[in-house]
Amino acid sequence: MPKRTDIKKILIISSGPIVIGSACEFDYSGSQACKALREEGYETVLINSNPATIMTDPGMADHTYIEPLEPEFIEKVIAKEKPDALLPTLGGQTGLNMGFFLSRAGILKKYGVEVIGADAKAIERAEDRDKFKQTMASIGIAVPESGIATTVEEGLALGDKIGFPIILRPAFTMGGAGGSCAYNIDELKTGLELALDVSPLKQVLVEQSVLGWKEVEFEVIRDCKDNVIIVTSMENIDPMGVHTGDSIVVAPAQTLTKEEFVHLENLCKKIIRAVGINGGGTNIQFAVNPDDGRVVIIEINPRVSRSSALASKATGFPIARVAAKLAVGLSLDEIVNQVTGKTYTFFEPTVDYAVFKVCRFTFEKFPEANPVLSTSMKAVGEAMSIGRNYKESLQKGIRSLEYRRFGLGADGRDVPPELSADAELVKQKLVYPNADRIFWLRYAIKNGMSDQEIYEHSKIDPWFVHQMREIAEMEEKVAAYKLADIPDKLLLEAKGLGFSDIQIAHLTGSNEVAVYEHRKEKGITPVYKLVDTCGGEIDPMKPYFYSSYDNAKDECRATGKKKIMVLGGGPNRIGQGIEFDYCCCHASFAIKEEGYEAIMVNSNPETVSTDFDTSDRLYFEPLTREDVLHIVQKEKPEGVIVQFGGQTPLNLAHQLAEAGVPILGTSVDSIDRAEDRKRFKTLLKKLKLAQPANGTSVSFAEAKKVARKIGYPVVVRPSYVLGGRAMVIVYDEGDLEEYMQKAVIASPDRPILIDKFLDDAIEVDVDCVSDGKKTVVMGIMEHIEEAGIHSGDSACVIPTFSLAKTMLEEIRKASYALAKDLKVKGLMNIQYAVKDGKLYVLEVNPRASRTVPYVSKATGIPWAKIATKAMMGKSLKEQGIDKEVIPEHFSVKEAVFPFNRFPGVDPVLGPEMKSTGEVMGIDHDLGVAYMKAQIAAGQKLPLSGKIFISVNDKDKRKIVDIAKRFDALGYQIVSTSGTAGVLRKNGLEIEEVAKLGEGRPDVLDLIKNGEVKLLINTPGDKKTKVDETKIRSGAIMHMIPIVTTLSGARATALGIEAVKKKGYSVRALQDYHK
Amino acid sequence: MKAILALEDGTVFEGTSFGAAGEQTGEVVFNTSMTGYQEILTDPSYKGQIVAMTYPLIGNYGICPDDFESQKPHLSGFVVREASRLISNWRANMALAEFLKKYKIIGIEGIDTRALTLHIRSAGALKGIISTRDLDPKSLVSKAQASPGLVGVDLVREVTCKKTYQWNSKGKFKVVLLDCGAKYNIMRDLAARACHVLVVPAGTSARKIMAMKPDGVMLSNGPGDPAAVGYVIETVRQLIGRVPIFGICLGHQILGLALGGKTFKLKFGHRGANQPVMDLRTRKVEITSQNHGFCVDLNSLSGQEIELTHLNLNDRTSEGLRHKQHPAFSVQYHPEASAGPHDSKYLFDEFIRSIKHAKKK
Repeated sequence: MPKRTDIKKILIISSGPIVIGSACEFDYSGSQACKALREEGYETVLINSNPATIMTDPGMADHTYIEPLEPEFIEKVIAKEKPDALLPTLGGQTGLNMGFFLSRAGILKKYGVEVIGADAKAIERAEDRDKFKQTMASIGIAVPESGIATTVEEGLALGDKIGFPIILRPAFTMGGAGGSCAYNIDELKTGLELALDVSPLKQVLVEQSVLGWKEVEFEVIRDCKDNVIIVTSMENIDPMGVHTGDSIVVAPAQTLTKEEFVHLENLCKKIIRAVGINGGGTNIQFAVNPDDGRVVIIEINPRVSRSSALASKATGFPIARVAAKLAVGLSLDEIVNQVTGKTYTFFEPTVDYAVFKVCRFTFEKFPEANPVLSTSMKAVGEAMSIGRNYKESLQKGIRSLEYRRFGLGADGRDVPPELSADAELVKQKLVYPNADRIFWLRYAIKNGMSDQEIYEHSKIDPWFVHQMREIAEMEEKVAAYKLADIPDKLLLEAKGLGFSDIQIAHLTGSNEVAVYEHRKEKGITPVYKLVDTCGGEIDPMKPYFYSSYDNAKDECRATGKKKIMVLGGGPNRIGQGIEFDYCCCHASFAIKEEGYEAIMVNSNPETVSTDFDTSDRLYFEPLTREDVLHIVQKEKPEGVIVQFGGQTPLNLAHQLAEAGVPILGTSVDSIDRAEDRKRFKTLLKKLKLAQPANGTSVSFAEAKKVARKIGYPVVVRPSYVLGGRAMVIVYDEGDLEEYMQKAVIASPDRPILIDKFLDDAIEVDVDCVSDGKKTVVMGIMEHIEEAGIHSGDSACVIPTFSLAKTMLEEIRKASYALAKDLKVKGLMNIQYAVKDGKLYVLEVNPRASRTVPYVSKATGIPWAKIATKAMMGKSLKEQGIDKEVIPEHFSVKEAVFPFNRFPGVDPVLGPEMKSTGEVMGIDHDLGVAYMKAQIAAGQKLPLSGKIFISVNDKDKRKIVDIAKRFDALGYQIVSTSGTAGVLRKNGLEIEEVAKLGEGRPDVLDLIKNGEVKLLINTPGDKKTKVDETKIRSGAIMHMIPIVTTLSGARATALGIEAVKKKGYSVRALQDYHK
Repeated sequence: MKAILALEDGTVFEGTSFGAAGEQTGEVVFNTSMTGYQEILTDPSYKGQIVAMTYPLIGNYGICPDDFESQKPHLSGFVVREASRLISNWRANMALAEFLKKYKIIGIEGIDTRALTLHIRSAGALKGIISTRDLDPKSLVSKAQASPGLVGVDLVREVTCKKTYQWNSKGKFKVVLLDCGAKYNIMRDLAARACHVLVVPAGTSARKIMAMKPDGVMLSNGPGDPAAVGYVIETVRQLIGRVPIFGICLGHQILGLALGGKTFKLKFGHRGANQPVMDLRTRKVEITSQNHGFCVDLNSLSGQEIELTHLNLNDRTSEGLRHKQHPAFSVQYHPEASAGPHDSKYLFDEFIRSIKHAKKK
């Protein structure tokens, strides 16, 4: 069927900031959708609050709105752009929810906008728990016994009927947010409260648990001609009970028979038809009873998802691209399969490899959180690996995660024998799903536990367990040899099972480099095979690559052309996410523009960088020394870019340079000069730049001495980390001792850095670009929060708003001097602090920073591209970049936090980064821009009502002025005794509320009852922390906005003032940068 | 135990034996289905062939007694990247290796099946040999060269039933199934549509078939070169116009030949579960399960009373035909669809409709 001509302009709602459960997979799918619709000649309007995305690049859509994803703002965009259609299925759960609400609220009807992809009825049938159950019942598909509760009482009654354990699933939430598993009545009650809270419909499904059943997913697509295809199946290694986003997943499913497969595929076809998706895709999740094959359906997601991104990367079938084209009326047989280049998308991909998805967790950042995996997703990132067999793929996956684990154990990093041999501990670790369970599974095998026993404890299918046993068996075979006498055949076999050089070194008492050299000498190196969608049946035009030791045929397509290789960032984690992928993609675009071939290496399936057409050749490989060197040897690039992918490639830079790999841009030595504290000190001295008093230490005694000399408070942290990992402000010796004990675990072989903490300083971030001769400042960002809060977690503004001209000049000069002395070629980020009119250098990072995409969006200049070209030898002058651009509008970046995933964790900010993503607010008024950023970040700031203010003693004087502003804006202020006293003395009328444990109703009651609309609460000392944590965490769980710094409170007051005066308006990025 | 797969062009793959010991020649082909190895193993159409699976992990769910497509495996050899050591399925009663040993099928694992697939893709299906006895590559290559291959060889004779039998005892419509190596699922699908299925040997004459007073005749799938079974073609020629006919796979080629067309050998054939086929009458596309190395030449039937009904969207070859006057139609792919998705079952319903229509007359 030809594409529709009755629609011309299409609005795409995307997914907003990166949060747990909604990550850069939606940048990937949204970018594909934008490209696909433009290819078909449609005018596209995009709304997304996340500036770190490729899709919000001005060239991707015709009109790009970086605005909050809230109905109010979307309506303004609709009113302005008057699109004919809305595509809500490419922006994750956020996009889908917005589309549904706009439709239900009659806004779409008002402006004559048609929903395409999946209409409101289909969305309702899939998402509304009751309608979904009815729909499934109408086609005879079993659902777990369940009922819908809208109150706690209803939920308890249902629980009584169904029996424990019980799964709770709130309606219309993503990543299982607010979901839980209850084993008793107490857990059921708390679970229900939470679930009802977070569900926008105040609706929760109370469901019979199918814990331990196999979890199998399908990606299904249907076009308007009623053609249905199954793109792939996926099977979770962790059975039902662990959120699929937290499970290790294999594609295709491994343990289903043909008959079971066909049965499930037929159910999929029935389901997609019954739900009524006709021009799009859906994800369908089943639970299969391993004992009798009984099947129940768990849920469906009628949109692109994390799973669809994974399915796309695993098979080479671009689901989002196809879904966008189907939404405008094309059919599957009319869309070309670009990977083969010769066939159409009407087929079902077949693979000849095994794919693994493994998850990256971040429990180390939230030590108070319970590290058990359950139905609410906790993973912050994932890696995908491809191998010709299960064992190889699994081991590659583990080393892709960059946990500094280099395979399934035997890498010198296993827990001490007294733990791994502890039968009871091992059993516990198998029974309760956790992030390291797979390693404990290996200990169980080594301790002599049978496949069946392991299955009984973990419910992990014996087939998977046995595969791991085969890995463990090979480990023992290898360990019988020294490197010099290991038979070639055995070494090849071990490599074929995914053993890394580090594992082999550990097993044979050698070292990584020696193993690599030994293999090279013996010719035991991998070949490259293709992801081609067709199992080798068709010679493909645009495949991508993975390594294999099945070496009968090398399908590497390295050319003799000039080329540059880009090392990506691997799995997302806090501190290293989409921003770096954005930079890597731009590097690739720039390389191609310069007439070179772009070679991408990355392992993250969520990203645009691993899209099949971003680079000339994509290698889906772990980012470790051996994996990268193997590719370098085949491709022989003229240069390798390591400074765009975050810490991952940077950590490899030394080893690669030593192995003779040409590193492009700033030298490894310069990077080291900036990272190494001693060398850095020398550098600053030479340039006559100040830094806070500091020292280093490797022991507590030494640290004590340094801290005394500098004077408390001090900032302490390990060296060579990203995202302020294990970085804290320490106020006294007791804290310091506690820290030194913990930190040694965080980084065993590197010293601890101790800096004077600059109280109440203004923090400034500078990004600049240099071609080796000339340096241009890309943007000077002034932080809203004072120094001491990790730059990734604080809000910041371009241009600066309070710094004097002379200070800005000083900052520029310092930046130029640093760039010059470090011989920067490419990007550099500098963090400064300004205190009492004096400039201090906190940190210099001669590489891409997290702020590069934000600065690019704020200034309208693609800085990462420019930096890439500069690294390739094209001067800034040649590129027409000669001076700093200071925009006339304000762009505020705000961080987004995962606290709602970790109940009980104190959401207070500090020097260790905790945010998962960011948003941007843009406006000509700073206050309005700030408010937009807050709203986009999920802070639903009220324009009237009660606000709760309680601050520590230090802040009590300064809060007065802020409280007066809120009072003048018409808010009723509620405080506990201390703060209330101070405010009353200053003439404010305060409603007093009891502190926790000092009577009821207390603050928590007000929070739970939704009586206060905003919390301003700055953290006190250790004594008050326990209660404060309850209050702050309570606010997060009840989605009440919370501000934990004075500066944030001030900005909020000013922002509300501005909005009350001027209101909100929306404007496309293209119009800002005309 | 070591095993070797050698091809007539001198290519040699060394692997490990995981089935029966011995030596067998056959045409080496690949199948891209990711599951359904058991159905492939027991599909008589693979007679005379050594089948390589492109999906690398085979045997994960073992062998399930209910999933046979005929009494036993017929292929000459089975080639996989890795045969699963452990089976995990509640229905399974046997491991793949055990099954191969039981039925004396040679299996070889541990070879780079993707490299083999790419080789066949560019060289075409080749004669080959798989052996655990003779491990001399040179000797094996010459044995492969000397083997008869498939062209012109009647393999139907070896897989057809020895004598007529009833699949089921009753039904509204009496269908005679001309067994050229039929998969059980064809019988199952007919029986599910109220057919009383009589299975007859491929050599049964038209006269004998008509004497059974069938309401319809089903031409089954089967192995090898359709041109080598002149006797079946002749039988079908005599049946056209006298009784509704439905052909599948080899049955389709035989119908094509009986209608005066020609067949030719594809370079490496279609074997897998994801071939897109368009029904030219409705423009709907089906994802089909296929297994054939020969193909009906479209041009050879032009000008006849024949309508091309189905087309392969990947390589534009013919996938189905229909006689414009008489109730006779056929498809190249497998609507009975084990192993494959159940997209094409409507063809059985069409067959029943043509039977009903003929009965009315």
